[in-house]
Amino acid sequence: MHYQAKQLSCKRGRKTLFSELSFELQAGQLLLIEGHNGAGKTSLLKLLTGLRMPEAGEILWQSRSIHDAHNDFRSKLSWLGHQNPLKDEQSALENLHTLSSFRPRNSISLTDALQEVKLGHAKHAQVKTFSAGMKRRLSLASLLVANTQLWILDEPQAALDKDGVALYESLAKQHLENDGMIVMTSHHPLNLPADRVQRLALGV
Amino acid sequence: MSSLWSLIRRDLLLAYRRRGEVGNALIFFGLVVLLFPIGIGASETLLAQIAPGLIWIAALLATLMSLDSLFKEDYQDGTLEQWTLSPHSLVAFVWARLISHWLITALPLVAVAPVLALTLNLPADAIGVLLLSLLLGTPVLMFVGAIGVALTTGLQKSSLLLPLLVLPFYIPVLIFGASAVEVSASGWSAAGQLYILAGLFVLGLTLAPFAVASALKVSVSQ
Repeated sequence: MHYQAKQLSCKRGRKTLFSELSFELQAGQLLLIEGHNGAGKTSLLKLLTGLRMPEAGEILWQSRSIHDAHNDFRSKLSWLGHQNPLKDEQSALENLHTLSSFRPRNSISLTDALQEVKLGHAKHAQVKTFSAGMKRRLSLASLLVANTQLWILDEPQAALDKDGVALYESLAKQHLENDGMIVMTSHHPLNLPADRVQRLALGV
Repeated sequence: MSSLWSLIRRDLLLAYRRRGEVGNALIFFGLVVLLFPIGIGASETLLAQIAPGLIWIAALLATLMSLDSLFKEDYQDGTLEQWTLSPHSLVAFVWARLISHWLITALPLVAVAPVLALTLNLPADAIGVLLLSLLLGTPVLMFVGAIGVALTTGLQKSSLLLPLLVLPFYIPVLIFGASAVEVSASGWSAAGQLYILAGLFVLGLTLAPFAVASALKVSVSQ
């Protein structure tokens, strides 16, 4: 597996956020995108998912442009933005069911995934009773039930407490060990084996 | 196909759990129609004369009012991005959304319209045509309106833009809908007007979801 960006540039209005940005990611590796607020981290992630078109440059999945091979690419991709795509009036289990229908499923059951993120006790509670950290955990649970190789995550650790961050790190580690790939942004220190992590600094 | 039904089921369930907000359009519709006789005096012949137009205008404005929420929540919480990036078609999503939105907001209007028509002294013979015209017309209002909503969803302040954008396209529906009821109230056949509404209905049902899906793609990529 092979994911690559070549000479990307991005503009918001008249301001150039970044230009001639390139990287290459192999199976089992994580790309950590760092930068101050407004440096263009979220914009870059949206380019990488294919939601937005780059001003210049191209993004390749298995050596094919993600816009040409978008069906193949999308079936391998899990995207999580900084918002949680959850409905307040639905229970955790119902929300996870909806989220799981967006991506190819693996064999892990929804209940097991909720246990994994420590929400097993609250699976029938409506999400409006959840704290911000619990909502984030529920969104992360949707990654566990999907059979996708590439995770693109916008601040996955936002709103998580210490245990939550450790939980996320163990999920990420597991995913990388299974030859997955992760592209993520973060403001927190990331405790993962250094040989698996590439860093990319924006706005310097 | 199964994702389509599960989405409609999700929407209906959500609507049931937030009953309070969902009734707004219906209450607005009822209030406008019931306040009118108080405002202009309850002369039976006058009321019967204005009933078709009044009910249709109220239904149109109630539909327009309900449109704002069509994609807003899914846009803000990121569900729309998930759909766009999923292997499912965005057109199917739009279809399901429109069908459930019609069931939730417009069907109740159609159901109470006959009762309101009777309070306005509309001849009982015209009630069947009123029902039929609303059944054909309200989906058209929703389909056309959805294109406008999809275009304005990504904008921060769009409250007045939407009516400006879609009202011109609502005028034909209003003219043919109200005139169908009026003609049948005076004892003539309303077939012509109903056929035109049916034609618009088919056009909207088959073409609008594609336009809405393309517009949503633009909104999501902002």
